[in-house]
Amino acid sequence: MADAAIHGHEHEDNRGFFTRWFMSTNHKDIGILYLFASGIVGFIAVAFTVYMRMELMEPGVQYMCLEGARFTAAAAGEVCTPNGHLWNVLITYHGVLMMFFVVIPALFGGFGNYFMPLQIGAPDMAFPRMNNLSFWMFIAGVGLGIASLLAPGGNDQMGSGVGWVLYPPLSTNEGGMSMDLAIFAVHVSGASSILGAINMITTFLNMRAPGMTLHKVPLFAWSIFVTSWLILLALPVLAGAITMLLMDRNFGFSFFDPAGGGDPVLYQHILWFFGHPEVYIIILPGFGLISHIIATFSRKPIFGYLPMVYAMVAIGVLGFVVWAHHMYTVGMSLTQQSYFMLATMVIAVPTGVKIFSWIATMWGGSVEFKTPMLWAFGFLFLFTVGGVTGIVLSQAAVDRAYHDTYYVVAHFHYVMSLGAVFCIFAGIYFYIGKMSGRQYPEWAGKLHFWMMFIGANLTFFPQHFLGRQGMPRRYIDYPEAFAYWNYVSSIGAFLSFASFLFFIGIIAYTLLAGRRVTENNYWNEYADTLEWTLPSPPPEHTFEQLPKQEDWDKQHAH
Amino acid sequence: MAHAKNHDYHILNPSAWPLIASVGAFVMLFGAVLWMHGSGPWMFLMGFVAVLYVMFGWWSDVVTESQQGDHTPAVRIGLRYGFILFVMSEVMFFAAWFWSFFKHALYPMDEYIGSTYVAPEFYQVDAFHLPLINTLVLLLSGCAVTWAHHALVHNESRKDVEWGLLIGVLLGIFFTFLQAYEYRYLLVEQDWTFGGDKFFSNFFMATGFHGLHVIIGTIFLFVCYLRVRKGHFTAEKHVGFEAAAWYWHFVDVVWLFLFAAVYIWGI
Repeated sequence: MADAAIHGHEHEDNRGFFTRWFMSTNHKDIGILYLFASGIVGFIAVAFTVYMRMELMEPGVQYMCLEGARFTAAAAGEVCTPNGHLWNVLITYHGVLMMFFVVIPALFGGFGNYFMPLQIGAPDMAFPRMNNLSFWMFIAGVGLGIASLLAPGGNDQMGSGVGWVLYPPLSTNEGGMSMDLAIFAVHVSGASSILGAINMITTFLNMRAPGMTLHKVPLFAWSIFVTSWLILLALPVLAGAITMLLMDRNFGFSFFDPAGGGDPVLYQHILWFFGHPEVYIIILPGFGLISHIIATFSRKPIFGYLPMVYAMVAIGVLGFVVWAHHMYTVGMSLTQQSYFMLATMVIAVPTGVKIFSWIATMWGGSVEFKTPMLWAFGFLFLFTVGGVTGIVLSQAAVDRAYHDTYYVVAHFHYVMSLGAVFCIFAGIYFYIGKMSGRQYPEWAGKLHFWMMFIGANLTFFPQHFLGRQGMPRRYIDYPEAFAYWNYVSSIGAFLSFASFLFFIGIIAYTLLAGRRVTENNYWNEYADTLEWTLPSPPPEHTFEQLPKQEDWDKQHAH
Repeated sequence: MAHAKNHDYHILNPSAWPLIASVGAFVMLFGAVLWMHGSGPWMFLMGFVAVLYVMFGWWSDVVTESQQGDHTPAVRIGLRYGFILFVMSEVMFFAAWFWSFFKHALYPMDEYIGSTYVAPEFYQVDAFHLPLINTLVLLLSGCAVTWAHHALVHNESRKDVEWGLLIGVLLGIFFTFLQAYEYRYLLVEQDWTFGGDKFFSNFFMATGFHGLHVIIGTIFLFVCYLRVRKGHFTAEKHVGFEAAAWYWHFVDVVWLFLFAAVYIWGI
């Protein structure tokens, strides 16, 4: 076994705290840094939503007042002039933080860094020092993002209220330094992701264990590989778009200003050429995690390994040719709309391959509902709901009615908030024992799941109804008629937030006082990838002796 | 700490460069925003110096590691993959400028109903005048670098390698000089503006970013020249040289597209 070799070289970890966490060249430590940092940023972004749902709980504006932001209902009796800028700032930074600084760093940076090299039996990443540059650039991006939030912005207030897509002319006219800082924050986070993608692709291509041909690589490693290509090819285009924005804002250029012959719709095209692959960048690593979790807890090898791989590749390729379905209402020709509609619906095919393969994996298996499996199961249900509403929205004709309504908000939160975030939680419960050497309390994980599952559904399912009734997104207030489901939605948001606080407690308890994990593989023999041959937590350097084929090539696997 | 290494990959010691780079990048960009809003360039320059310092120090370390023999054949393959991928991301970066250029050239806003935009009258550049000379200069420079590459791979005299690189660098500098001359001519004598119109925006953005890449590539080649003089490269082991050559050819190809699309077809 490989761990015999590893135990043979075990030694004291004599790195100092600063050296270990600030100067790291170790993919496992950097993965942990990514998970912690994205968790902290995630808390900020979630806190924004709680405040927004407080405001939307009742018609009228009670909390976000020009007289000053309020946080208690007691103050709500006083005169309140609605502060629309504050509202816009909150939706903007919720989106920017979640998109660039929470989900990608957690799934791609965190789990990708920690487990992709382990799954392919690599001793570290191809460029360990550049790996750390990716992490610290991400932190620099967070710093610029927070600075942007607190810097002088539009309407003589702090922050920019332009939406995470930064559409001109709103973003070119927004005053103050805030918008420019936000643009640089996205630049830096993009550079961080591109460097990470270069690293992942090189590691995947160059450092697989002897004998591990491409069609034998575990699905999570494959998902990171495909994601890396999307990042590599999509993010530079976004960098171009926001650089043009910066030039328009500060140097009198007119890419997007109609007065100089510029075209605001051009920005939307370039942005969504990045933005749609971005959606798959967010969800694909989750697909990888879910595949391993479902196979493990069904006690069956994953159904249809090769179709699963090529479904991910197909989703990646198709993701680049459907971008304009985000902008059916900008005045494209019917031919263009028809094309984007058909191309979008084609994506349902590989996605269906994945969903049905997961179901087929469970079929006839002895399914065990441990916490990670609950999250995976929840993901399956919710992602399907989000996918189906996605098919609805892909129809250009139907989108006329749904565009910029809460139906869209519900759709993309089902895919991302409930899809990607459930994957993150599934991954954390699946792997926390491996990463920390301590196991979470099973009852707590299950309670967290049910709170979040009910809370998130309560938040977002009613938003389908609101959208169908015609409630537009991005408004601080709404008429009386929408009050009922908004109230329900807010209750759900508070429940989800409570579950998040509970989760922080679980993590703190687990890390400080959780039951120690003694075995290498604390699930069962269907968790058969290489990370399960290592001690928990793994030593500082893993696979100093490269793994042998019999350590990972399980015939029953595919 | 690579004490019990039984493989060909490169396990690195902890390094402070990434952290310093990130602090430098933050200071530089925060300073750039302050500068754009009228607070003077000082914070930007401090950050910029820090970033340059990290580049110098970090890549010096890489060269040292290479000389120590850490770059085994497996690591060299990885370095090549990494650099090719970086060039691919650069290609996609330029895709954004070309997208904007072609959109505005093929579907100008003044053809839309209700648009009040009128395209300005401006001096037409003769593509087969200075731009053609620029094209030849850049292609010749690429040839010189290829000559140096062949001389290196086939173990011919080191003098040929040095001359090839030196000619490549000098022609790169000459290109930058000609480009600066053209900018000055268009801006000062022909009343082009640095923005204000979508054509000028696209022209200066695309050629400007290309020019920046020429400068970076020239420095890269010059570093290779210095390393050749120090005898760092052998016929088998010269990843840094290869990367510089690839980068230079990428810059060449981008220019050919710019020349064909912007200069010949566009103006």
